Amino acid sequence: MTFPLISFYVFAAITTLAALAVITVRSPVHAALCLVLTFFSAACTWLLADAEFLAIVLVLVYVGAVMVLFLFVVMMLDVDIDPLREGFIKALPVGLLVAVVMLVEMLTLIGVRALQLPAPGDPALAAGMSNTQWLAMALFSQYLLPFEIAALILTVAIVAAIPLTLRRRQGVRMQDPARQVRVQPGERLRIVKMVAEKPAPQPETSSP
Amino acid sequence: MNPTMIAFNSADLVTLAPEIFLLGATCAILLIDLFLKPGQRHITHVLALLALAGTAGLLWQDADAPRVYAFNGMFIRDGVAGLLKLFIVLTTALVFLYSRSYMRERKLLVGEFYLLLLFATLGMMLLVSAGSLVTVYVGLELLTLSSYALVALNRESTLSSEAAIKYFVLGALASGMLLYGMSMLYGATGTLDLARINALADLSAAAPHRTLLAFGLVFLVVGIGFKLGAAPFHMWLPDVYHGAPTSITLFISSGSKLAAVGMAYRLLEGALGTMHTDWTTMLSVLAVLSLAVGNVIAIAQTNLKRMLAYSTISHIGFLLLGFINGTAAGIAAAVFYMICYALMATAAFGVMMLLARAGFEAEEIDDFKGLNRRNPWYAGMMAITMFSLAGIPPLFGFFAKLMVLKVVIDAGHLWLAIVAIIFAIIGLFYYLRVVKVMYFDPPADEAALALPADLPFRWALSLNALALVVMGVAWSPLLDWCNQALAASVPLPP
Repeated sequence: MTFPLISFYVFAAITTLAALAVITVRSPVHAALCLVLTFFSAACTWLLADAEFLAIVLVLVYVGAVMVLFLFVVMMLDVDIDPLREGFIKALPVGLLVAVVMLVEMLTLIGVRALQLPAPGDPALAAGMSNTQWLAMALFSQYLLPFEIAALILTVAIVAAIPLTLRRRQGVRMQDPARQVRVQPGERLRIVKMVAEKPAPQPETSSP
Repeated sequence: MNPTMIAFNSADLVTLAPEIFLLGATCAILLIDLFLKPGQRHITHVLALLALAGTAGLLWQDADAPRVYAFNGMFIRDGVAGLLKLFIVLTTALVFLYSRSYMRERKLLVGEFYLLLLFATLGMMLLVSAGSLVTVYVGLELLTLSSYALVALNRESTLSSEAAIKYFVLGALASGMLLYGMSMLYGATGTLDLARINALADLSAAAPHRTLLAFGLVFLVVGIGFKLGAAPFHMWLPDVYHGAPTSITLFISSGSKLAAVGMAYRLLEGALGTMHTDWTTMLSVLAVLSLAVGNVIAIAQTNLKRMLAYSTISHIGFLLLGFINGTAAGIAAAVFYMICYALMATAAFGVMMLLARAGFEAEEIDDFKGLNRRNPWYAGMMAITMFSLAGIPPLFGFFAKLMVLKVVIDAGHLWLAIVAIIFAIIGLFYYLRVVKVMYFDPPADEAALALPADLPFRWALSLNALALVVMGVAWSPLLDWCNQALAASVPLPP
């Protein structure tokens, strides 16, 4: 067993355990942190497979940006987690049973041996360029169309977020500086003409 | 393969002309709509219709062109894609025409409604033209992501939000299944290209690859079943139909189903045509279950939208029957059936939107009581649609069913045809109940109906329903078109 293989098993084990922890720990903050660990260990396995660009992107984008945002949201929203998890323990045995049976079925059906297909040679190595360069080449030549469609999907996500979240709430007290600046004296001060003295109040009639 | 060898070919842009035009028009509408006041939404409406008309014109131009690959086989333009895309564009245009007054009354006529539908249309067009597993997946995501947001468009309604969440979770599950199946196919063949998978998948003797391929196939069929709404993967359908605004239900039941058929064709016939015997059995189980679940549960529904949802499930069962033959004629019958169903669904939901007013959805069957006395013309249109859905001759729906049954019997699956006919007769009950309610029940309110003064809507709706009668006579050109398109595009398995 070579050192890279041992480290692969270590990273893979950490990835799996951290992913399990994401769905089992009680606190959402802990779950988010475990997800960070999952991503990071997955990035390590990718590095072992010479996919350094993907590994760095995973750390930069997911760990650096997305998960930090997640953490902020989770910390700001005071989610009462207990009612959400009420059915979890009750459904756990059945869920575990189904998952285990499915896994066993899949493994027997395919046979682990069948999965050991001859790995295709590293195309980057064959082309004599670095992994990053090869990825860029493939992305912008062979996979240009799906890449552009993926950009469209992101556009749709932005467009869709607007009607789903932009909310003009009724009755919210807020200031509109533009209107404050433009205000005219007439809008703020109303001069009312009235007699200087009020008439004396009528004595109240007692109710029967 | 060395990617540096693949040069960008500008002729690919011509092949994608309809899609590129629609994308450009959608982006233009996105910008123009920003500068419009809420009262000026009719400009967006007209522009969106013009964009669709332009796309349809470009599609029509090369409808009969031979098969062309673009972007290194990522995109296929052929007869089937052209045919399906034309009808997808038509149904989206109908959604726009029908929904204007409905959405305005519910304060949902926002620019995003048009934009998301146009993006969804683009996704459907890319999906039915996909030549690679990656294109299938990204096209599908473009469609479904837009659909989730459209279902959730009415934020005030809890029913709508619930439907959107269910749709989203189950849609994500279905995408996961599809992706899992795709990764199996990739693992077994080492390529993402559909045609090359089909070429490499033919290794019946080599056992390990064979199992892996069959394993991937199961997941693909499950994913397709989810997207089509075939039983037992139909659970999301009634809730989404019920919860979504009717105009979105109209879209999901027509255009999006056409695209799902295109996807099923590309994946099953395009990529796994050589494994045809494996998927035939799975599809026949799905078909029989869908026919049974759809037709039997629809009887118990009192809500018309839910009833039509179960009716969709039963129609999907019929559609799958066309696929199990695996020949060009079989898939042509399935495509023909789906086009027919899309036209019937638009008519049925169109009448519901016509009767709906602010605060009144016209979605219960009881809301149609005595419609004949209040408005005989639209009661007639609804009756035509219901008869056609039930498959009563001489309407369009009958011939669509007939073609599928003919193909099934030709393939020697007589028992499937008998099951289909039995369930179609059971299905008669709930379609005819709507007709009975409209013609023989006293109306709750005798006053004549106040219909929206949206003349394009009313004209289009009447034409749509009357088309079901006309096509009942003149169905053969469309069937010939389907047959031609598929005969040219199906790589026939021996």
